[in-house]
Amino acid sequence: MKPLEVPTMEMENKEVLRRIEVGGDMLLNMGPQHPSTHGVINFLVQTDGEVMKRAIPEVGYLHRSIEKIGERCTYNGFMPYTDRVDYIAAMFANQGWAMAVERLLGVQVPKYAEYCRIIACELNRISSHLISVGTMSMDIGAVTPFPYALREREFINDLLEELCGARLTYNYMRIGGVAFELPSGYVEKVGTFLDHFEKILDEFNRLITYNEIFIKRLAKLAPIPAQMAIDYCLVGPNLRASGVNFDVRKQVPYSIYPELHFDVPVGRGEVGVTGDSWDRFWCRVEEMRQSCRILRQCLAQIPADAQIMGKVPRKIKLAEGQEAYSRIESARGDLQYYVVAGPGENAHRVKIRTGSFTAMGIIDALSRGLMIADLVALIASLDVVAPEIDR
Amino acid sequence: MTFEEIREKLAAKFGERIGALAPANKDSWLVVPAADIVEICRFMKDELAFDCLMNLSAIDWPKRNQIEVVYHLWSYSKLHSFILKVQLDRAKPEVASVEPVWKAADWLEREQYDLLGVNFTGHPDLRRIMMPDDWVGHPLLKDYKEQASWHNISTTRENSLEAYVRLDEFLKKAAEKKEQPS
Repeated sequence: MKPLEVPTMEMENKEVLRRIEVGGDMLLNMGPQHPSTHGVINFLVQTDGEVMKRAIPEVGYLHRSIEKIGERCTYNGFMPYTDRVDYIAAMFANQGWAMAVERLLGVQVPKYAEYCRIIACELNRISSHLISVGTMSMDIGAVTPFPYALREREFINDLLEELCGARLTYNYMRIGGVAFELPSGYVEKVGTFLDHFEKILDEFNRLITYNEIFIKRLAKLAPIPAQMAIDYCLVGPNLRASGVNFDVRKQVPYSIYPELHFDVPVGRGEVGVTGDSWDRFWCRVEEMRQSCRILRQCLAQIPADAQIMGKVPRKIKLAEGQEAYSRIESARGDLQYYVVAGPGENAHRVKIRTGSFTAMGIIDALSRGLMIADLVALIASLDVVAPEIDR
Repeated sequence: MTFEEIREKLAAKFGERIGALAPANKDSWLVVPAADIVEICRFMKDELAFDCLMNLSAIDWPKRNQIEVVYHLWSYSKLHSFILKVQLDRAKPEVASVEPVWKAADWLEREQYDLLGVNFTGHPDLRRIMMPDDWVGHPLLKDYKEQASWHNISTTRENSLEAYVRLDEFLKKAAEKKEQPS
């Protein structure tokens, strides 16, 4: 029998040593099963004590080749897979895909369906940010806020379950509309939740955001200047924390966002310098408040016709080489789908540009000269989600 | 600025190397020579305020024997976008890296190198990002065949329904055996 050729640790380290000039430094693996790296990500930390010289992110542990799956499914059939792009904020991945294909087809989505989409998305944004701020505070040692955040998230999970039957991978949107109309009494239920939740946000601010220890821990930690954030293509709350006033919902409006009034929280270095980790945390907390505002307007304005689907052909067939690009503001920022139509009923190429992927690219540059303990805070503040990096 | 205005600015600078926009109606793009991509990108960043490379994707076209690299550019200061394309030979896809222009290209180019095998010359650290370092082939190519195993780990898995088919057959045979008088 042929002996097994399993790569040993020694072999792997040799491979790594060949790549990086380590010199006399230590080379540590942080991950891939590290509890605070937010999923299976590995960091090769080159260090000479507590201060890192470099942390090199190694990703790909969750690579499922969703883009290849997209080339093999029909346009409608790909919808459940988009949930898995980012399972913490699956609604946005749904909406991005639906919008890209609608753009290819030139389909108009009914007003009611647009409102359903935005209600679902904004609820999902709150739940995603709750996970983000909860885990971030836990990662740097404050355990209490995490169950507080998850308790609120349970309400939203229940609401979304009532809407589409799933608590995590929703598969709620369809090309041309949504799958289900709002259940009876839903508007009141969401209203009750918002009444409850807005008070909780103030409590959350008192508990952790403006907590003195928390501020001391995060202020001036790993600040990202605006120019650097743009150069590395940071998106969403990470970009806004650096002082760039850009939100896809405002500047490249889509869906019904032009009709809604909300503010875009921009980091201004309230406790330290602009773009530090605390600003990123604060931006997410404030965004939840704005999501509440958006939700209240949606609930008040939603039309009564309950028309959930536009006119979409049963079989979607497009001219080969036709292409579309969609941008939406997901919980993790500018989520972009680039779709090139194939000759048959499926796409020729699907490319998903996610916020976490580009956010990981900046860690190498930011980690130089940072303490090892601060790396955890940096990753958490960038709010990267492993499946969204790898897709 | 609209797409056409940006194209005119480019044509004024680079002359006949800049062609026409295609398709003319919506979401048009501009095909530029692969040899000039860094020069054009640098001009677009410095003069036309395209401060962000928001997406970089490669597309495999076996019928045309080409690999296309698509650059989606975005300007945060002027809020306009543009799409550049370069067409490469499928047998030897090679284009200069735009990493010196936008840092975001570092990871985006590594991803396209990994999944489609486009060689970005001048990239500081061009290695696989999603797949293991010793993986064979580039998964998003249209004629990609997955290797059967990697370090003795099988890459395919039996359909779990087949176990039920085997069980059914086994039970059927057992029943037949029982019926036959010994």
